[in-house]
Amino acid sequence: MIFKRKPTPPPTPLTRRQGVWLLAAALAGFLPLVPWLPPWMAPIAGVAFAWRGFLLWRGWGLPPRWLLVLLTFGGTVAVGFQFRTIFGKDPGIALLGLFLALKLLEMRSPRDALTVIFLGYFLALSQFFYAQGIVNAVFMAVTLIVTVGAQINLNHAGEPALKPLPTLRLAGVMLVQSLPFMLVLFVLFPRIPGPLWGLPLDAHSGMTGLSDSMAPGSISKLSQSDAIAFRVRFKEATPPPQSQLYWRGPVMSEFDGRLWRAGAPRVVEGLPYETASATSSIEQEVTLEAHNKPWLFALELPVSLPADAFMSRDYQLLAKGLVRSRLRYEVRSSPKLAPGVAETESTLNRALALPDNINPRSRELAARLRQEANGNPHRITAALEAFFARALLIYTLNPPLLGQNSVDEFLFDSKRGFCEHFAASYVFLARAAGVPARVVTGYQGGEINPVDGVLVVRQYDAHAWAEVWLPGQGWQRVDPTAASAPSRIEGNLAAAVPAGDPLPLLAQPAFAWLKEIRYRLDAVGFAWNQWVLGYNPQKQKEFLESLGMKAPDWKSMTSALALFCGLLLLGFTAWALHQRRRLAPAQAAWEKLSRKLARHQLARLPWEGPRDYLTRLAAALPQRRDELSVIEGLYESLRYSPNPPPELLATLRRRIREFRP
Amino acid sequence: MLQLTARLRDRFAQWGLRGPTPEAAPIVLTQRRIYVLPTKPGLAFALSIVVMLLGTINYSLSLGYVLVFLLAGLGVSAILHAFRNLSRLHLSPGRAEPVFAGERAHFGIQLTNPAASSKLAISLRLSGQSAVLADVPAQGRTDIELALPAPRRGWLVLPRITIETTYPLGLVRAWAYAAPNLRCLVYPAPAAKAPPLPLGAGDQQGSRLGGSGNDDFAGLRAHQLADSPHHVAWKAVARQAGDGLITKLFSGESSETLWLDWDNLPAGLDTETALSILVHWVLDAHIAGFSWGLRLPGKEVEPAAGEAHLQACLTLLALQ
Repeated sequence: MIFKRKPTPPPTPLTRRQGVWLLAAALAGFLPLVPWLPPWMAPIAGVAFAWRGFLLWRGWGLPPRWLLVLLTFGGTVAVGFQFRTIFGKDPGIALLGLFLALKLLEMRSPRDALTVIFLGYFLALSQFFYAQGIVNAVFMAVTLIVTVGAQINLNHAGEPALKPLPTLRLAGVMLVQSLPFMLVLFVLFPRIPGPLWGLPLDAHSGMTGLSDSMAPGSISKLSQSDAIAFRVRFKEATPPPQSQLYWRGPVMSEFDGRLWRAGAPRVVEGLPYETASATSSIEQEVTLEAHNKPWLFALELPVSLPADAFMSRDYQLLAKGLVRSRLRYEVRSSPKLAPGVAETESTLNRALALPDNINPRSRELAARLRQEANGNPHRITAALEAFFARALLIYTLNPPLLGQNSVDEFLFDSKRGFCEHFAASYVFLARAAGVPARVVTGYQGGEINPVDGVLVVRQYDAHAWAEVWLPGQGWQRVDPTAASAPSRIEGNLAAAVPAGDPLPLLAQPAFAWLKEIRYRLDAVGFAWNQWVLGYNPQKQKEFLESLGMKAPDWKSMTSALALFCGLLLLGFTAWALHQRRRLAPAQAAWEKLSRKLARHQLARLPWEGPRDYLTRLAAALPQRRDELSVIEGLYESLRYSPNPPPELLATLRRRIREFRP
Repeated sequence: MLQLTARLRDRFAQWGLRGPTPEAAPIVLTQRRIYVLPTKPGLAFALSIVVMLLGTINYSLSLGYVLVFLLAGLGVSAILHAFRNLSRLHLSPGRAEPVFAGERAHFGIQLTNPAASSKLAISLRLSGQSAVLADVPAQGRTDIELALPAPRRGWLVLPRITIETTYPLGLVRAWAYAAPNLRCLVYPAPAAKAPPLPLGAGDQQGSRLGGSGNDDFAGLRAHQLADSPHHVAWKAVARQAGDGLITKLFSGESSETLWLDWDNLPAGLDTETALSILVHWVLDAHIAGFSWGLRLPGKEVEPAAGEAHLQACLTLLALQ
């Protein structure tokens, strides 16, 4: 830059070929983003792309600037209207997409074209704010290769024009060359646990998962989602049976008549229950997807705490912060625990509280059951279970909307509900009958991937069950859903709901072959998550330690990084310097003679033919004249006779090798 | 300040040539004389990468890291490719046809690429002039011409050339300096107004005998602007494939001899004006088909005619 002195020429207009390349690059950058842009943007951008393509095809000029200013302004206002702001991640990305589409119509100089290229790179990044699957990596590769191709074309305005295939090949070669750098940087660049600055509020929007409150319908909404909640690798060879897989999540004790709430978690030191009675334990390695909530999932009930985790008084595992990136932890659980035998008065009172004046029919039922059981909690719960088994309740994904007295309406009128209806009604009845009870939400079951043996728990495995406190036994799990739809607990969702209910695609039995493919993809996806997406500061440390680095910190990582990058650079520089000169073998031998004589200031001059060179050499080295003239004769026959015998070359080489000036 | 940077730049270029000037042909652009620095877009690219990296760290985007590091690798690759695009290119001086002062001199440069891959978008630039772009195919050569204003008569030495390329990505500029041994002869500009040819002056042998030179057809040559339309060989023009007129030559013209003498010029002229007038006369005499001799202080060219004689006389005038 310092040495650059260029009389700034007027900007050269772009050629049509460059325009086509830029259009392709813009499309490749824009298309992967379409699912996340406001729905009205895709058609508008499509019109801009088509317009640009039409202008290129007809060779017409660009639209006037005032029109573009108007469009840009209008688009910005529309984005602002859509998101109620133009700042933040979503509106920012929408604006990037809009500007890219409109910039295509305002490309007058190479500088404008460069803007399109750089916008393309930014757009390639922005899709990762929403999804980071293998597909997105493939999209990125395509976007990059086309954009680099466009950039190459931008730097070659002259004729003859570059052909598309060699351009793409060069772009591919350059990207392949940058792969080793990428790998070294990816592995060794010291990972900093983000965020660097306050994340905007919408940073983690759109994550699905359980919430800390439960209303009728909130879990059945989740059950429409195929998204993976977490994966579990069991240490034991045989995983526990399906009916034992209760993954405990938020526990809800507060009820306001419609909504169940978890309330603020009250944290305890260590585990709030005795683990001495745990005879056997199940070891799990859980890989939890980001869900923007603090809770962790484990089989009921954990007997060890994962690192950086603690437990609430109602036995819920919690992380120290919100889980905003995929998290891996190990935990042991034991199914046979009787926690909370000596539960505090306040907790029990909380587990009995009910709002007044709702669900009169249920209260009536509860009072009758209590009376029949003489107030014995064990007998009350048994009677409740018997009631649920006989009540002919239908387990369905499409429960009707319920009114003010939701428990009454479900139990006595509609009789159709999803697990949250079952759990909420059971807890209501138990409390009304004087037995402390609470709702536990979480996941039930999961699916073992036969390819890699990992249990995958998806959002549609979300479940709600009940927990009652019995004197002398502590908190006991009761699953009222199991009474009505036992197949939900022993099998899966598809087995439990009536035919005709809209199931998520993957839960449908008819798509067994799709499932098979999905299993394989899942196994690949698990590896992808573990190694690519899950490569966080912790994993980086583990991995580098497994490679033999002792106590890797940012200093040792940076030096290793510098070392490897330096080595790579050396290798590539050697490649850049080494350019093959395709000389005929005889010519190469002749050049060797010249190099040998260069020490005696007798190198061949560029314009010297063999005979002239011989004359000069013979004059300088009279005692070698005969040998030299033999060599020259050999060279001449090799170069200029129509069919030189092949052994001549060997002779020439030998003679030149043995030649001593 | 500007002067200082200009001087520094000049010193750098001098040092960057790495040897005495002019250089012996062929000039090979070895790694020792190729320099690489980012361009403005390259700096913008680096800045974009940093911004993307910050966003990636903030949102913990694993694939963001992949993309950002790929782009960083791409930047390195761009350096190597730009360097390689220039490396081992051979420059040889070509021809530089003489021109008249005030015209543009055209220096021929031959670019040879011994490598197995082509070298694209190579730009050659003389200081203050616009660049010339060229592609050099693999193991091939390309001839280019660098134009430079030639304001004064005499030898115009080809100044230092900057050979540069930003191909393929435009993010880095690889460049080298070269000073091929090439010069262009600049004839004095013909005077706009000159006295008529000194017919009958000097040795009196050169007098043109009124029109008798038009008698004997002696041959054909390409038409020049000053040729009389009466002498155009229309039949020959019609027969030939190309366009352009052809002039008939008549033998009578060569028999006349004319002395163009420095001493015959009007008194009180400065050297440059005098030379311009002589150039004008020499051209007139050549076009008219005279045989002429030239006398300059201390030098003399024997009377003759034809292209070679014209060149000889103009050269003498250029270097006077």
